[in-house]
Amino acid sequence: MNAIQVDNLTKHYGEVRAVDGISFNAPAGATVGLLGGNGAGKTTTIAMMLGLLIPTSGRICILGHDMARDRFNALARMNFSSPYIALPARLTVRENMRVYGHLYNVARIDQRIAALSRDLDLGAILDRPAGQLSAGQKTRVALAKALINRPEVLLLDEPTASLDPDTGDLVRTWLEQYRAESGCTILLASHNMAEVERLCSHVVMLKRGVVVDRGSPDELLMRYGRHDLEAVFLDIARDRRQAVDA
Amino acid sequence: MRHHTGMGGTRAMFRRIWGLMYRHLALYRRSWPRLLELGYWPVLNMCIWGFTSSFLQARMGNPVMMAGATLLGGVLLWEVTLRSQMGMSVSFLEEMWSRNLGHVFVSPLRPFELVLALVGMSIIRMMMGVMPAVLLAWAFYAFNLFAIGPVLVLFFINLMIMGWAVALGVVSLILRHGSGAEPLAWALLFGMAPFSAVFYPVSVLPAYIQPLAYALPSTHVFEGMRAALLHGEVRWDHLAAAFALNMVWLAGAALLFNRQFHAARASGALISIGE
Repeated sequence: MNAIQVDNLTKHYGEVRAVDGISFNAPAGATVGLLGGNGAGKTTTIAMMLGLLIPTSGRICILGHDMARDRFNALARMNFSSPYIALPARLTVRENMRVYGHLYNVARIDQRIAALSRDLDLGAILDRPAGQLSAGQKTRVALAKALINRPEVLLLDEPTASLDPDTGDLVRTWLEQYRAESGCTILLASHNMAEVERLCSHVVMLKRGVVVDRGSPDELLMRYGRHDLEAVFLDIARDRRQAVDA
Repeated sequence: MRHHTGMGGTRAMFRRIWGLMYRHLALYRRSWPRLLELGYWPVLNMCIWGFTSSFLQARMGNPVMMAGATLLGGVLLWEVTLRSQMGMSVSFLEEMWSRNLGHVFVSPLRPFELVLALVGMSIIRMMMGVMPAVLLAWAFYAFNLFAIGPVLVLFFINLMIMGWAVALGVVSLILRHGSGAEPLAWALLFGMAPFSAVFYPVSVLPAYIQPLAYALPSTHVFEGMRAALLHGEVRWDHLAAAFALNMVWLAGAALLFNRQFHAARASGALISIGE
């Protein structure tokens, strides 16, 4: 069963085709990478999946809920994290977690905060204002916020951007654990190809609003005759080579 | 094991509304300048008009006393409208300034729940802002607002509803046009003050402006307030007109909010709001 189903999704801004008829799906429990250069349509696609943006045409179905008609029931079962959207800076980490615990109707909020604090090593910063945290701490807090409701679908936009290698690895390890334990479906937009190779079982490559290729990381490496996804990404971005079997 | 979130129920709705209100209350708990600001302008206004009223009474004697009372009543009740409007608009702006709207709009919080949370904050902010000025008027200028009688509650309700309708209009324009529409949060209601007959009766206004004045719910409240203070009578006709106009204003504002929210989702303005 697919947790995420996107069919012929299109978003036009006047003459600009930000997303142009893309289709993909994510099986329940899988981690799918959404890759592409700047302006490829990743953020627009995620915004439509979250209901922030109304598609020009096409259909998005998440956990069986049609996002055009029933988005709030889907939103209650999913969550989102991006380093580009802040949490209220003057509230402490704990207060922020409580706010989102209430918004997502989480039972026993304080227990949930304590568990997330343990898992993501937030103990020392729980009572500090969110605005006083380092970039790495903010990313871990954003991730804790995204996990407050134990989401069945998690959308992550650049989850390890601006993190040092150690913290980045910690976050990736934790995401792997969470997915394995919870069966959560993860859609990951990232420019970090090593991260995508490590976490994703399936990759969708976008370019100028259309899907230009897709497959497992191994399939893509084989198809392009490369040893790492970064080289595949550059091949696609720069139109240097066609896939061997394309 | 998953937590059961049990969405869709009334309890879940109230928790979502409380969640957003808690966010603002937590902000006030740790920021005394914000708390101080709530009461600062109403108290300052009361000082200015209180001393003006005392001065006129001292110079002109008792005949001016009742006029002074209507002046102070006007100051306090106008603050109810203004603080209700600002309480709602500024709470929304706080979300925008902290770049938190992206998280709020992708949570299960429905747009009408967002509005109800803003209304809740508006009531709290209005009470915290206006009550010190009411006490000041009673302690220093011997003006007891509650002497108007139980009808005062109806005046308050009408003025708050008008404030919310204006605030909803402001929020709608900010949703659609971003931070460029921000100054309206401070300016829009001030523009209605001259036509609301806050300090003088509608009959003072030129005849061609009077229909405009009577289209404002606040005008009927202030005419009613003067009738209560000067003649001790309750003008139910004005109260009924204020309620009817408020329903029209509120329905119009809700329609505008709904349309602008939808338009912002279609144009992508919701993603870049505040930038």
